[in-house]
Amino acid sequence: MTVKIMDSTEVTKKVFDKEELFILDVRNENDFKDWKIEGGNFQYLNVPYFELLDGVEEIIGKIPTDKEVLVVCAKEGSSVMVAEMLSEAGLTVSYLKGGMKAWSEHLEPVKIGDLNDGGEIYQFVRIGKGCLSYMVVSNGEAALIDATRMTDIYLNFIEKIGVKITHVFDTHLHADHISGGRTIAEKTGATYWLPPKDATEVTFDYQPLEDGNDVTIGNTIINIHALYSPGHTIGSTSFVVDEKFLLSGDILFIDSIGRPDLAGKAEDWVGDLRETLYKRYRELSEELIVLPAHFMIIDELNDDGSVAEKLRTLFAKNHGLNIDDENEFRKMVTENLPPQPNAYQEIRQTNMGKINPDIDQQREMEIGPNRCAVR
Amino acid sequence: MRFVNYKVGGNIEMETTKVLDAKGLACPMPIVKTKKAIGELEPGQVLEIHTTDKGAKNDLTAWAKSGGHELLKHEEENGVLKFWIKKG
Repeated sequence: MTVKIMDSTEVTKKVFDKEELFILDVRNENDFKDWKIEGGNFQYLNVPYFELLDGVEEIIGKIPTDKEVLVVCAKEGSSVMVAEMLSEAGLTVSYLKGGMKAWSEHLEPVKIGDLNDGGEIYQFVRIGKGCLSYMVVSNGEAALIDATRMTDIYLNFIEKIGVKITHVFDTHLHADHISGGRTIAEKTGATYWLPPKDATEVTFDYQPLEDGNDVTIGNTIINIHALYSPGHTIGSTSFVVDEKFLLSGDILFIDSIGRPDLAGKAEDWVGDLRETLYKRYRELSEELIVLPAHFMIIDELNDDGSVAEKLRTLFAKNHGLNIDDENEFRKMVTENLPPQPNAYQEIRQTNMGKINPDIDQQREMEIGPNRCAVR
Repeated sequence: MRFVNYKVGGNIEMETTKVLDAKGLACPMPIVKTKKAIGELEPGQVLEIHTTDKGAKNDLTAWAKSGGHELLKHEEENGVLKFWIKKG
């Protein structure tokens, strides 16, 4: 049998389409427990590659022959070795091209909808890490919001659809992933906007993003309205795009809300978070479609792979928006928080421009899920 | 030879029996070679491994444990990870 190669695009399609896949993850147990490829109909077997050096006889019986089988490791090498051993034993299997490293860096563009006057809004789903970035396109121009460090993907995309990036925004100073905003602004000549309260320590020039700022993309009436919404960070800012979409950053997610502890003490910002979610957002139209900067679990994906839901639905169903008692809310967002994202302090320093890690270090820093939410 | 090769934890004496240079090799080769090198040692002898594969730390730790070997010490120097494993 020959060994097949499956890339992250193909695996993403299987996640979106809820297909079946049997994943043999050959990383060590701790890495597997911490972070793996999530799919609604995926099955898993975790056996570290270093326990298979003498042969795969012991696991052959556990691998189905009526399902597609994908062998996964950190960077590809070990999965190739194990896949070849399984192949020699008569099985047809694939390995994941580039391993979890490639999975973490894969972005899948999904069109969310049309805007007034022919514009469009796209969501870039970083499926392996749960990060979501956005591109608003209108009349030959584009704005990019919460870009990842995989800047080539956006630059190739705008070349393909023939538009120019004129504005780049970060909703807040990110702690879970390295922003590509500054790099893209430098490469394209676009304006880079940051909330000043999150940017007090940055080492580069930026355009301060204030509550009430309106930015026009293209020559149409599509506008991006900034709404100060602190809580996850002190500067966190949401955007209302075309009076139709609410880009909520790390404040409100589909099935959870933002955690207030990644840039300081949770106790300091819990009041801001409460006010944003229970007052500022309550004043917005419930017809707005919420587009968050993250998803945590695969169940938050819609059938087309997008992560989007009406604000009205979230007011009804999101547990974090339905805690009447302030003390209970305070307890929920300050106690029993999930572990903090890997290297979050170093990531913040990088996003401030204070440290400049190389690409391998950046990858290492971003390993694992995003963990920006509390549920 | 540096001091660290002879002292572990301040009081346990150990001596490296063999040094394995796995620098520049990608996963799974550092562990494949470690396994082979350990196989050539007697129980109680110590293998010193040099690698530049960042993932080796967690993997060697887990591998040593599952194989009944003891990871005595590890350190990092100029991007090179060094491990001392006592054969069990």
